[in-house]
Amino acid sequence: MSIELRPDPAMVPGAFEPLRREATAAKLTRPSLSYWEDAWIRLKANRRAMLSLWIIIGMLAFTLFGPLVWQVDPAAQDVQQTSSAPGANRSAIIVAPYVRWAADPAASTGTGLRLAAPATTQQVRLVWQPVAGAADYRIYRNIVPPRDNGALGVPLGTSGSADLTRYEDRMHLLAGTSHYSVVPLGGDGAVMPGRQSLVVEVARAITLAEASDRGLVPQGSTLTEGDEVRYALHPLGTDYLGRDMLARLMQGARVSLFIGIVAPTIFVLFGVIYGSMAGFVGGRTDQLMMRFADFVIALPFLLFMILFKIAFGIGPGESGILPMIVAMVILLWPGTARLVRGQILQVREEGYVNAARLLGARTNYLVLRHMIPNTMGVILVTLTFAIPSAIFTEAFLSFIGMGVAPPTASWGSMSNDGIKTMLVSPHELLLPAVMISITVLAFNLLGDGLRDALDAKMRSRE
Amino acid sequence: MGRYIFTRLLQGLVTVWFIATATFLAMHAVPGNPLSGNKALTPEIQRNLEAKYGLDKPVSEQYLIYMGNLARGDLGISFTQKNRQVNDIIREHFPVSATLGIIAVVFAALGGILFGALTALYRNKWPDTVIMLLVIVSISVPSFVIAAFAQLALVRINDALGFALLPVAGWGTVSHMIVPSLVLGLGTMAYLTRLMRSSMLEIVNSDYIRTANAKGLPASRIFTGHQLRNAILPVVTVLGPAIAAITTGGFVVELVFAIPGLGRFFVQAVQQLDYTVIMGTTVFFGAFLVLMVIIVDLLYGFIDPRVRVN
Amino acid sequence: MSSPETGQGGNAPKAERSPLRRRWLRTPGQQLAVLGVGSVVAIGLIMALLSWASGGTGAAAGVDAATGAITLVLDTEPPQMNSSISSDAISARVLGHLMEGLTRQDAQGALVPGVAERWEITEKGATFWLRADARWSDGKPVTAHDFVFAWRNTVNPQSASEYANIMFGIRNAQDISSGKLPITALGATAVSDRELRIEFAQPVPYFARLMAFTVFYPIREDFYRSTQGRYASSANTLLYNGAYRMDIWTHGAQIRMVKNQQYWNRDIIKINVIDFAYFTSDNNTIINLFRDGKIAMAEIGQENIEQAQLQGWNINSFSEGALFYVEFNHRPGRITANKNFRKAIQYTLDSSEEVNQVIKIPGYLPGKSLFPVWLDGVEGKFRTEYPVREVTPDLEKARYHLELARKELGLERFPPIMLLTGDTPVSTRVSEYYQETLKQSLGLEIRIDVQIFKQRLAKMLAGEFDMVMAGWSADYADPLTFGDMFHSSNVQNRGRYKNPELDRQIDIARSSLNVKERMDAFGRIQDIIVEDVVILPEYERGRLYVVDPALTGMERRVTGFDPDFTYARIVEK
Repeated sequence: MSIELRPDPAMVPGAFEPLRREATAAKLTRPSLSYWEDAWIRLKANRRAMLSLWIIIGMLAFTLFGPLVWQVDPAAQDVQQTSSAPGANRSAIIVAPYVRWAADPAASTGTGLRLAAPATTQQVRLVWQPVAGAADYRIYRNIVPPRDNGALGVPLGTSGSADLTRYEDRMHLLAGTSHYSVVPLGGDGAVMPGRQSLVVEVARAITLAEASDRGLVPQGSTLTEGDEVRYALHPLGTDYLGRDMLARLMQGARVSLFIGIVAPTIFVLFGVIYGSMAGFVGGRTDQLMMRFADFVIALPFLLFMILFKIAFGIGPGESGILPMIVAMVILLWPGTARLVRGQILQVREEGYVNAARLLGARTNYLVLRHMIPNTMGVILVTLTFAIPSAIFTEAFLSFIGMGVAPPTASWGSMSNDGIKTMLVSPHELLLPAVMISITVLAFNLLGDGLRDALDAKMRSRE
Repeated sequence: MGRYIFTRLLQGLVTVWFIATATFLAMHAVPGNPLSGNKALTPEIQRNLEAKYGLDKPVSEQYLIYMGNLARGDLGISFTQKNRQVNDIIREHFPVSATLGIIAVVFAALGGILFGALTALYRNKWPDTVIMLLVIVSISVPSFVIAAFAQLALVRINDALGFALLPVAGWGTVSHMIVPSLVLGLGTMAYLTRLMRSSMLEIVNSDYIRTANAKGLPASRIFTGHQLRNAILPVVTVLGPAIAAITTGGFVVELVFAIPGLGRFFVQAVQQLDYTVIMGTTVFFGAFLVLMVIIVDLLYGFIDPRVRVN
Repeated sequence: MSSPETGQGGNAPKAERSPLRRRWLRTPGQQLAVLGVGSVVAIGLIMALLSWASGGTGAAAGVDAATGAITLVLDTEPPQMNSSISSDAISARVLGHLMEGLTRQDAQGALVPGVAERWEITEKGATFWLRADARWSDGKPVTAHDFVFAWRNTVNPQSASEYANIMFGIRNAQDISSGKLPITALGATAVSDRELRIEFAQPVPYFARLMAFTVFYPIREDFYRSTQGRYASSANTLLYNGAYRMDIWTHGAQIRMVKNQQYWNRDIIKINVIDFAYFTSDNNTIINLFRDGKIAMAEIGQENIEQAQLQGWNINSFSEGALFYVEFNHRPGRITANKNFRKAIQYTLDSSEEVNQVIKIPGYLPGKSLFPVWLDGVEGKFRTEYPVREVTPDLEKARYHLELARKELGLERFPPIMLLTGDTPVSTRVSEYYQETLKQSLGLEIRIDVQIFKQRLAKMLAGEFDMVMAGWSADYADPLTFGDMFHSSNVQNRGRYKNPELDRQIDIARSSLNVKERMDAFGRIQDIIVEDVVILPEYERGRLYVVDPALTGMERRVTGFDPDFTYARIVEK
């Protein structure tokens, strides 16, 4: 049987015509992108990364422009408002300046423990009834009512002798309710029965001179005793010395961010160069380079920090930020180097590297164009972890005097101070800690986004 | 193989020698007399003390004497703990730090691999988010804050329960080890989780995985057989230095939880300029680290057949 | 063509079912779960293994009435347990319970017989008669030879004891210490087993009180030699003649003391076991241990005061008798050598304000004088009999003196002043407060130099400071321990202050045996210090502490070993 080829009616000679020659042979469906342009577009599409980028920009703005808006000296101590929480009551009454309490025998009317004058944060003056047989009296102050088992609160001191049935309390007086107790002591110092107690409401007070010194009232004000005045506003509260938290956070940002960004960037860069060279070259040079890296890791960090501070001739009381950065750079690069070297060793055996080499690629080209982009993931992760580590190292060093000197603040040293009063005034710890956390989080998310955007292997997965 | 190990050990010895020399020079450059105590000493007593500890000799001679002793394994007597040999101090306290460190590293490694793999597996689903959140918290809060919080939480829990679930401080039984090593290993665990996650995600897109998938290999086989094994490599690299870092960096944990470890002694020695203890522990830690690195490198070669270093 | 009825089951792969035949470990999720469980088990096993390999302290209660035991915290490992050369407070705390000297302090702090049952002090020397029933923990009697041996060890230049100078009142002690005489020349001899005779180099009126101190404890020669150079390095290389003996000593971890049945006064000892089971100096840890009921006593820092009040704990205060002050550098060429400059600072800084508003720790007393309040005078307290002249802060006078100083020094402006300080939280706070106050009130720039202890001492000795924050605690319970600090020949006088009149008063106080004469001299010394602004007293440090209510009779001491549990006992709650 023969197969018949039946002609297609559509196939007539006139159906074919030569194409006209056009200038552009092919139109591009989309613009040609370089590696980095492509990465940027992909980064922009990542919402979390963009959010963190904005956070970082915001943090930098906070650092650089914040002090222009909130012009409070971070070192100024508001002694009346130490450790005050944000939003705490800050109204005070004007009182006369402190005058030493003169002995006034006539003013001993009344029974039991009583106030000799209105109780303010300037002083609380107590008088009480003498107890027969007492050789001395001890005064206690408590924030809760005293208990019968002897838990009377904090012992403030003793009156000094049997005749002295009065006491003036000036120890860190805070506005609010205080429970005072007076206990008679026998000749041998033992506690006798006959405790007298009193509940006192302490009012916040300030003298006119102090108020005008602090700029709380205008010059030549007509305010007199009894009038109300408000203490300086501290939107985020104050620390244990009465310094404004907001101003200190701004100053701390400058120090912490500077160290936290500059140092890791430098030593990671150095580590990448070193590690990739070692990994790529291999052989004896690699061994030698890695031995040197091991040697650097084992050096005791603290000791060398002290050494650098001296070597730089940093005088006493000056901030040793530069030696800290130098020390971190010199001592911390080996970690990155090892990691990068490991990755390079892996990547070196990949097929495309051999192919490129066969095609005649030079070492520089291979390292820069193939290897490093393929280790970007690991490098970026290292960098985003080096930053909080640098901030913490700086905190530890500032605390032992090898970093920032007081009164300069850094987030790390503020956290250190805050731990001690963690239970009592949590805001002193929470605020700098949260700042550190936000910064770290932002860098991490940005690092994530960058890695996704830059990772060459993932590019193919559109 | 044997020759390789031998060369590495030799190199290690040279490294340790470098470390000892550098530390010796650094210590003698730092001002402050290690012998100054609470009270200033009369000149005679000062001279007696210096003679006893050999501080009156020139630095170069002190160096030679020290190196000679070091070769014999004699690390001298502590300046502050006047009746104890440095060898004894290390011998008695290093096991404690090592125990703490080992458990912390095991926590960190197993936890890091586990959680990292989990996040890679359930990427962008809720386990990923939760774990990454915990990771961020772990690395953005300083270690002493975490330690203080942990201890406080324990106290509160013990209060609420009415009995001591776990001891608040101290050392000796298994229950003493749990919280301190967790706190110590938390930072490294977070780091390893991220590392594991990042390397697993990279691998998931590599060719051999795709091939295996195309071959019809079940997901679980691919997971354990290929992904896990290859992703562990960066983790193993970091493990060596991580072990050393945890052992030495346990100072805060040892202080907060009243654990008699070597890290605490070391930092105190730096503050008090106790020459012999500083030198002894630095050399010891240096040797330890070098050994760890050698082991890890061998391990690396074992796990990744592509990287058999000659 | 396929026939549906003979289908080989399993040909069509279902989406969820894995082709693997095993039941579990099919999906990666399951594998991970198994890995997780396996890890936890593995960790548990490792921990158990390591715990079995190492030793450990038990978790006993703070106060155990049934066994008469108390558990405590020790700040750190005792640096030196050889009593003849020990000089720190931690070792003293432990040694004071393990050993006893010729005299000791009773519950009120008064001097009572210890190993010696009576004594006699003259200008030329002292004689002590030892009791017959004083024994070492191995049963042998304590003899006068033991004291001689220990003291010779202290002044022996080879021991290089930091406290040798406390013995310089004994004849030849100083020469022996500088190597000019052999140790057998020491002016302390054992006339018989129970009689000890001492010859003085110069009169030492307070000698009996000195005998209560650690450095004067006895050591038995044959035991010492039998340890072959390892004396005081472990529990069985020490011999005990005190209320307790050491049962366990795990370095850096635990010291456990049990009642010494050979102690002559054992009947008054009511606590059977004292266990320092925790070694840490972290304040939070200590508070947490107390709160957990694990220790019987805890010192509380300022940050824990509120918590202590809320928990209803009994808070006690203890003035530990140390004086903290600002020392000026009086070397020529220093700005602080100018008296008007110092006066300006004296009129500006207010120690009451410092204690009340900056330090804010109850128990701290504002510093007013070189001599703390606890020192005894002729009959009563020194500060009551010789009140100090107080300087009221006055900014106008301060500025006036500052201007005078500026003109005298011929300066346009004052250069930065260096304030050397330590790294404790209190010194940080106070130094920052000074920096701010002196800047606000006087326009002076202060640079704070934070140094750790050893380096601070080095700088002080070298004179590298303008002002330094320093402290001094008593070596013995006599005003001389503070009074002679600024003698021009004293090594401790780091500011190099030189005043012949002050030197003369100190010499009187040192040598006179007349109590009134000595106290008058101290009074004049006190005045010179204020007039010439040699130092600025800041505060007398106090401590707050909480004690388990079941424990009473614990004594806090300003001198000697502190706290003292010899007179303590456990009561029913």
